[in-house]
Amino acid sequence: MNIPSKKLRVATTSLAGCFGCHMSFLDIDERLLDLLQLVEFDRSPLTDIKHCGPCDIGIIEGGLCNAENVHVLREFRANCNILIALGACAVNGGLPAQRNHLSLAAILEEVYHAQHGLVDGFIPNDPELPLPLDKVHPIHEVVKVDYFIPGCPPSADAIWKVLTDLLAGREPELGHGLIHYD
Amino acid sequence: MNQNKQTTFTLDGKTIPFSPGQTLIQAAMAAGVYIPHLCFNPEFKPHGSCKVCTVKADGRQTSSCTHQAQDGMMVESNTREINDERRALLQMLFVEGNHFCPSCEKSGSCQLQATAYEMGMMSPHFDHFFPDRPLDASHPDYLLDFNRCILCSLCVRASRDVDGKNVFALSGRGIESHLIVNAKSGRLADTGFSGEDKAAHVCPVGVILKKRVGFAIPIGSRSFDEQPISATPHPQGACPVGPRSNAATLPPHPTVKDV
Repeated sequence: MNIPSKKLRVATTSLAGCFGCHMSFLDIDERLLDLLQLVEFDRSPLTDIKHCGPCDIGIIEGGLCNAENVHVLREFRANCNILIALGACAVNGGLPAQRNHLSLAAILEEVYHAQHGLVDGFIPNDPELPLPLDKVHPIHEVVKVDYFIPGCPPSADAIWKVLTDLLAGREPELGHGLIHYD
Repeated sequence: MNQNKQTTFTLDGKTIPFSPGQTLIQAAMAAGVYIPHLCFNPEFKPHGSCKVCTVKADGRQTSSCTHQAQDGMMVESNTREINDERRALLQMLFVEGNHFCPSCEKSGSCQLQATAYEMGMMSPHFDHFFPDRPLDASHPDYLLDFNRCILCSLCVRASRDVDGKNVFALSGRGIESHLIVNAKSGRLADTGFSGEDKAAHVCPVGVILKKRVGFAIPIGSRSFDEQPISATPHPQGACPVGPRSNAATLPPHPTVKDV
């Protein structure tokens, strides 16, 4: 791999996800060292930087289940030249979206009041807590998304393929065996 | 016309022989050429509803499962234009239902999913409907997960034409179309449905599922994980399809871009 004069800046975040896609990203193993020759990380769970600055690539794991998710997504879109939806939840809502056929009120009632074994439960209302959205949404329903890597999670090889294609200036392609929705 | 001359048509530049009465997709399958399809199953009378098998025959779009082959016809199937339209049809099927592949027993052997892989569908593109479609788990041996129904009508045709039971039907029109169970209660348990029925084994997606056998084969080791649908014999066993013979003319595999 040719080492460029200037490293590309990459930001990553997990919204309504389980961090499984980030774990799969780390599964590129020693290729992470090759990647670090080419990129540097901005906001990411790997750096603990809290806000995203101007970046070449933004990688979003997870869909949108609360107001904070939407703010973070918009911050990424405003700062990243290329935005990538990573994994099933970012692509189509995934597991969190399985609540979408229920009313939010009924879910909160069930979880905090009605469930067996709860005594004097109350629905958390601390102003610091982001408000849940009525429905969980995939990220392309709110911002323009440039590339999608489906999978729950996408394999390390799929993530590596897309990143190396992009870094080499190629249009990323996932063939049979790398494209998976499960 | 010379009676002894073999009748043929041209599909993506390849000569396909056919016998009188064969449809385009039947002749293509017999010649080992894959045309993407969902509601077509060689064992059943064509339904012509999913439109995924659309081809351009002599310049006009038509369903290859219902269009009879004609001598000398020029047919295009594996082109950028038609595959783009097929992908849009697949995306609409995905957003209209609830297709949560990671929890689906059919994932990896699902024709909808495998066809979407084949067409390089990287995103749903459209906004999701997230419809509310409760399961029917009333039957002792089978459950119905309507979330995944793509209205191919194969279970309707199998139950009516093969089993003689008429257990299933499509009801409503347009966007209101949905699969129903023909019982006063609407429940599968109140029909004559049984695991021996043809209808129990034709669903191309994960609607009609046998109970207590879930995940016997792990995700990742299922039929379309092993090889793409274009290289797989028809899942129902009839009309085996060989590796696609027009690989050289394939457009590059669609990219992970928003398509």
